[in-house]
Amino acid sequence: MAETVTPTRRRRAFDVSTAVIAGAAFAAAAAVYLRDGQEHFLAIFGSDLALFGEMLPKVLAGCLIGAFVTMILPRELVARWVGHESGFSGLLVAAFFGFLLPGGPITIYPVAGAFLVMGADAGAVVAFITAWTLCGYTRALVWELPFFGPHFVIWRIVEAIPLPLIAGLLARLALRAGVTGKPGR
Amino acid sequence: MLLAVNILLWLVVAVLAFVAALRGRVLFTDGMRDGILEFLCLLPRIGAGVIGSGFIAEILPKAAVASWIGPGSGLIGVLIATLGGALTPGGPVVGFAIGAAALKSGAGAPQVIAYSTAWALYAIHRLVVWEVPMMPARVVWLRALVSLPLPFLAAGLATALALP
Repeated sequence: MAETVTPTRRRRAFDVSTAVIAGAAFAAAAAVYLRDGQEHFLAIFGSDLALFGEMLPKVLAGCLIGAFVTMILPRELVARWVGHESGFSGLLVAAFFGFLLPGGPITIYPVAGAFLVMGADAGAVVAFITAWTLCGYTRALVWELPFFGPHFVIWRIVEAIPLPLIAGLLARLALRAGVTGKPGR
Repeated sequence: MLLAVNILLWLVVAVLAFVAALRGRVLFTDGMRDGILEFLCLLPRIGAGVIGSGFIAEILPKAAVASWIGPGSGLIGVLIATLGGALTPGGPVVGFAIGAAALKSGAGAPQVIAYSTAWALYAIHRLVVWEVPMMPARVVWLRALVSLPLPFLAAGLATALALP
């Protein structure tokens, strides 16, 4: 019952969405070069490169945190906790773990799947995934901060705090209203 | 502030690495290897996203961005931003890169928040590629359904709290 779901990591340095953004970047860069000349092109390129350099240590730290927490955290313990808590406190516990757990979709969805197996209701799982998506600190620190700056990011996260609980409550209401029936196992 | 974030992050790394090392050498080296490999695989994505966002911001038609999703665009702007977020492909950088580019080109903060919230919660590409294979489909669609109003709530809260 308490089997840990070990995520299989799919490592690909390049995928479709990266290709899309790289294509758009290349086209935009070419357009800037042709429209505004070399000097303006180099000015933008330089500031982007500086931003990139600024991100790297944070991204490396985020990756290491994700790797270590994935190994150290007793997943089945977390799943049992979330699975057995019910009511509003179940949503709170689920949202809290969503905030706490680092990592990308490869690590998060298997954990959410384990919650279901451990008996968590779909509302708790929804709260968990929503909290991880909107308030997860590694994601915010590593990805969002370099683009938007600390002021904007902190402000966005603060106003996102109630959203996982709202999503969880809505999910329970929808289930009660019979929108999707009982969640599949 | 940014330096403080770096110091904090690396302190966390140090503590976690120490805990892993206490549990055994293999755990420590595995963690280091996994983290570094992940980092190397992410490099091209981040590079494309970061370097792209500056150029994309530069060529975005600023007047159109401002009138469609600018601070004065209100609920319609939030709706447009939310739709845009749902249609943007996944990946960790794409949505933030585009959101930051839009913000630089005159988009309103609540609209950008609606965009990145919608992208984070129900980018269609991510639902299909990542979530459906790993979760019961009913739970995925339930989650997407109840997430529909969240970008609007986020934008509403952002407007109410006002960007300082």
